[in-house]
Amino acid sequence: MTDKPLTQNIIGFEGPTDLSRYQVNGGYSALRSTIGKTDPDAVLELIKDSDLKGRGGAGFPTGMKWSFVPKPDGKGHRYLIANADEMEPGTFKDRILMEKDPHQLIEGMILSAYTISADIGYIFIRAEYHTAIARLNEAISDAQAANLLGNNILESDYSFRLHVHVSAGRYICGEETALLNSLEGKRAIPRAKPPFPQVSGLWGRPTIVNNVETLCNITHIVKHGPDWFKALGKGVDGGTKLFGASGRVKHPGCWELPMGTSIREILEVHAGGMADGYELKGFLPGGASTDFLTPDHLDIPMEYDTVMKAGSRMGTGTMIILDDRSCPVGMIANLEKFFARESCGFCTPCREGLPWVQQILDRIEAGDGEMSDLDILERQSQFIGAIGNTHCAHAPGAIEPLASGMKYFRDDFIAHIEGKACPYTTGP
Amino acid sequence: MSTIATDNPMNILTEAEIGEIENEIRHLPDRRSAAIDGLKIVQAYRGWISDESLGAIAELLGMSIDELDGIATFYNLIYRQPVGDKVILFCDSVSCWLMDGDAVCQKIKQILDIDYGETTTDNQYTLLPVTCLGDCDHAPAMMVGDELHHDLTPDNVGECLK
Repeated sequence: MTDKPLTQNIIGFEGPTDLSRYQVNGGYSALRSTIGKTDPDAVLELIKDSDLKGRGGAGFPTGMKWSFVPKPDGKGHRYLIANADEMEPGTFKDRILMEKDPHQLIEGMILSAYTISADIGYIFIRAEYHTAIARLNEAISDAQAANLLGNNILESDYSFRLHVHVSAGRYICGEETALLNSLEGKRAIPRAKPPFPQVSGLWGRPTIVNNVETLCNITHIVKHGPDWFKALGKGVDGGTKLFGASGRVKHPGCWELPMGTSIREILEVHAGGMADGYELKGFLPGGASTDFLTPDHLDIPMEYDTVMKAGSRMGTGTMIILDDRSCPVGMIANLEKFFARESCGFCTPCREGLPWVQQILDRIEAGDGEMSDLDILERQSQFIGAIGNTHCAHAPGAIEPLASGMKYFRDDFIAHIEGKACPYTTGP
Repeated sequence: MSTIATDNPMNILTEAEIGEIENEIRHLPDRRSAAIDGLKIVQAYRGWISDESLGAIAELLGMSIDELDGIATFYNLIYRQPVGDKVILFCDSVSCWLMDGDAVCQKIKQILDIDYGETTTDNQYTLLPVTCLGDCDHAPAMMVGDELHHDLTPDNVGECLK
C-alpha cells in the first residue's frame, strides 16, 4: 500500500490520469465495493474513526461535520459541495489534485455524497483554473458513461448528479456560507451561523461543504481503513498532507508528506533550504491568514495542535517564506491590502477596519509613519481580530499575520518610523 | 434609483443568450438563482455587461435592476465596463510580491502604457490585479486571457504580450 495515496497517480507521471489509468491503481474499487453494498452509516463510522480533519484550513473533524446532517426526510435535495475555490494567497495544492488526477476527487465525492445521502453535488471552482475545469468536466462525463456517476450508480438504488460550477471571482467565496450564497446566484456574503449548512445550507437544504484535498482522502480511507490512515501520520494527526513552500527557497514546490513532518524537513530537505544569498527571517505556515512563525519554530511538526500551540495555525499547509532581504512591513502591507480588498463589506470591523489598517501600513512603509500608529494597529488588531465581532473568519484571519508580525518584527516597524524610510529599499 | 430603462429582453439579448440562460434556470429552484450564470453567459458573448444587457437580464430573471447590479459589481470577473480583447489578471498577492512581482507589473504597465483598470488604445489588453492564482512555486504569475504565464521577470514578461 502506498504511503502517498493522494499523489500516487501524479508522481512521475505527466498526467492527467484518465479513467482507465485511474483504475490501474485501484481507482473506483472503493466505490464498487461500497455503493449499494455498505450502509452509509458504516462509512460514516470509518471516516469518524480515521480522525480525518478538514484540509481547507480550519481543521474541523470531517466525520463530526458529516454527523450533523439530519437523516433523509424525503422532502427534497441534499447537497455535497467540493470547495475548489482555492484562493488563499500562497496556496497551490488543490489545483494539482484537480488538474492531475480529477477522478480521485470525483470518486471521493461520490463516496462522501453516498454517506450523507446527498443526491446533487457541485464542484465550486474559481474561473482562473481553466485546465482543472476542463479536466473535471471530461472526467465527470467519462464516469457517467461508465455508470460510476449519475442515475442508479452501478445499478444500485443510489443516484448522484455532479456539476462543475465556475465562479465569477472573489476570495470570500471560499468561506463556506458565502460559497452557498454565490451558488444561489447572490452576492457572496457569509451567513450568520446557526443555522449551520448541514441543517440549512444550499437553498435551505442539508449541505456539506468540504475542501478538495479532504474529499480526495475519503476514497483511500474507505479502501484501506482508518487504522491505515492514522498510521500514515508521524504524530497525533493521521494521514498525509500536501505541504508546500513558496518565496526565496531553492526549490519552491508542493509535496505529499506524512502529517507531522517537521517544518525544518519541509524547508530544508524538500524545498532545498533558502536560495543562495537569502536567510530565513520568518514564515506563514499555512497561507496568508495564519500567524508568522520564526526560525525558532523550525522543529515543530506540521500538525493542527502543535502549530496552534506555537501561536499560529497549520492552515492550508502551504508555507510562505519571508527572507531577510524582503521587508516584513511591506509584506504585511501587501497582505492587508489583499484582505481589505476582499472583504465582502457586510460587517463594520472588516469593511472599515481593514482599509484603515492598510493605510497605516502603507504610510509606515513609505516612511511617513509615527510611533502612535503602532498603538492604533495594536488596538485595531484587538477589535478586528476578535472572534464574534464579524460573521465569518475573514477579519480575524486578516489580523493573524499583522498581530504576529508586529510581535516578531517590531524592530523593523520602529526602524521605518525612526528612519523615515523603508530600510529594505535598495533602489531600482 | 437606477436610470437604466427596462425593455423586452428579446429585443436586446440574442436567442442563443436567452436559450443558454433558460437552460441554466431549468437546473435551479427559481429564476433569480441564475443571476451570476446569466451575467457570465452574456459577458462570454459581448466581453462585458453594459447597462442595456444588465437591464435585459434582470427583466428575464424577474429581478430588479439594482439587485442584479449589486451582484454584478460584487464579482471581480464580471466586467461592468468594456475590456480589451484579452484581460491580464496579474497576481498581486504575497508570494508573487516576495518574488518581485511589483517590478514585473511595472514593466507591463510601461510596455502597454496603461495602469491597473485601464485598456490599451488598440483595445488589445486590459490590466487588472487578481488574488493568488495558486501557482506560487512559479511566482510571479499572471493570466493573459485564458493562458497562465509564470516564472515572470521584467525581462521575459514582454514575450507574453506579443
